[in-house]
Amino acid sequence: MPDKERASLDDVRRVAELANLELTPDEEPRMRRDLNAILDYIAQLGELDTAQVQPMAQVSEVLATSGEGPSEKQSVLRDDEIRPCLDRAVVMASAPETDSIFFKVPKVIER
Amino acid sequence: MSTATTAPAASIDGIRSAIAKGETTAKALTEIYQARIAGEDDKIHAWLSVDNDYALTQAARIDDCAAKGDPLPKLAGVPFGIKDVLTLEGFAATAGSKILEGYRPPYTATAVKKLADAGAIFLGKLNCDEFAMGSSNENSAYGPVHNPHDLDRVPGGSSGGSAAAVAAGMAVATLGTDTGGSIRQPASFCGVVGVLPTYGRVSRYGLIAFASSLDRIGPFAASVRDAATVLGVIAGHDIMDATSSPLPVPDYTAAIDRSVKGMKLGVPSEYFAEGLDPEVRSAIEAGIDKLRAAGAEIRNISLPHTRYAIPTYYVIATAEASSNLARFDGVRYGLRAPQSDTLAAMYRRTRDLGFGAEVKRRILLGTYVLSHGYYDAYYRKAQQVRRLLAEDFLAAFREVDAIVTPTAPTPAFKLGEKSDDPVAMYLADIYTVTASLAGICGVSVPCGHSKAGLPIGMQILGKHFDEATVFRVGHALEKL
Repeated sequence: MPDKERASLDDVRRVAELANLELTPDEEPRMRRDLNAILDYIAQLGELDTAQVQPMAQVSEVLATSGEGPSEKQSVLRDDEIRPCLDRAVVMASAPETDSIFFKVPKVIER
Repeated sequence: MSTATTAPAASIDGIRSAIAKGETTAKALTEIYQARIAGEDDKIHAWLSVDNDYALTQAARIDDCAAKGDPLPKLAGVPFGIKDVLTLEGFAATAGSKILEGYRPPYTATAVKKLADAGAIFLGKLNCDEFAMGSSNENSAYGPVHNPHDLDRVPGGSSGGSAAAVAAGMAVATLGTDTGGSIRQPASFCGVVGVLPTYGRVSRYGLIAFASSLDRIGPFAASVRDAATVLGVIAGHDIMDATSSPLPVPDYTAAIDRSVKGMKLGVPSEYFAEGLDPEVRSAIEAGIDKLRAAGAEIRNISLPHTRYAIPTYYVIATAEASSNLARFDGVRYGLRAPQSDTLAAMYRRTRDLGFGAEVKRRILLGTYVLSHGYYDAYYRKAQQVRRLLAEDFLAAFREVDAIVTPTAPTPAFKLGEKSDDPVAMYLADIYTVTASLAGICGVSVPCGHSKAGLPIGMQILGKHFDEATVFRVGHALEKL
């Protein structure tokens, strides 16, 4: 066990707020326990010296630089052409609240 | 008790040829599978929705074709199930979550459309862990799937319904998705074949995203040949997914019968270390011995960064998930919590009502590792280790044609056994997350049973875009 918990209850509340999650009072201690267990496990990545390693965000990067695979595997930009998209009425039919043109939401500005 | 052994034996090519010759009809076959679902699924709970009329309408089109003597498409009359994270226009797509209850997507996933165009019959949508987050199917908001080989055990996850449906003979083939092992691990637990295609091989358009740099769509089937046939149908470039590859799709069954004689197969020592169940070890070693006896050259190799794969995966996958799942906010589709005074309160209450505990846990972890002050220590670090893991495989594939490992460290575990310990549950994916991070392809093929009769799967991993080789090895193993 580490000397100190990585995530405090305040950290859990702060992250929940960032993620727009509402945790109930009984969820908070459980999430704090689980988050710390997972962060302790993840801490072993610190054993590796990665100072000279480029981060890899997606698979095509490693294929492009390795010279192993066909070169056309790199992602390509498509032509900037107008193409049809989904019909507004069809999309709006899925909305919880709509006037059929806009999505309706509760008031945005608190006062 | 086992419901896995009474499945009607039907292959994709056999079905098409029987319909073409008039020995059966797509309608008759569809009704057989619908009756099996009606009879078996109370116990297994693999299906979240079925639509018998829709399937029979699709079947009627195939039968019309056959009656006119027209050539039948590749998957003509084949009863399919679709994991409920993939969209089919007008059909519920819950992703196993309450937050999408009642949602009817207005568009069809590219892989699903390709199946339909090839004559597949859609029986319904399949149960899975919520947003494909889980290794046991116990995170489905609609209740767990039971393993057809032992109803007290999990089918694996997250594509548990897709694996169980094939194992119980409720579909000939199914689609699943795999982000860290979600096709291969349930295939292993249920004794069926499951394919992880190379990242970019199958378009992700219409897949409800979990972790976009890792998510892949792939087939389950009872045989390697059938799985290869389905992959040939769903693979290919798609203008709707910029990460889909323009490389041509080969005929995956063309060389499937070729012997493994002279092939070099790597056995990584890191996959046979502490934590591997002794029965799984002996089953996989017996499978490797058979491949050696068939003429393959077995080489011991090392993938030195393997032990860092699970922590790397849980940083990257949760970071991407926290971003992807931000879209579920009660505005455009799905659930909205009623009677909120402000927009911010509506977001929070909707997400609290709609998401289950594991989804919240992963969103919190992902938000944490991306947040100010932690990004470099966690997210950037994990991306660096991801490159080391990928380079392990690239180096290994300079020496060997394919790599063979256990798919999972144990056979199917009991429902409830790991559900209170997230780290223990994450370790069920210890042999599968590496290929997910590296983007390479693989397949899980049945390779013996435990003494209790539970299936064990061998994972065969191949180079990027070299699915043909893993199918060849898998097919050989199946025949030995």
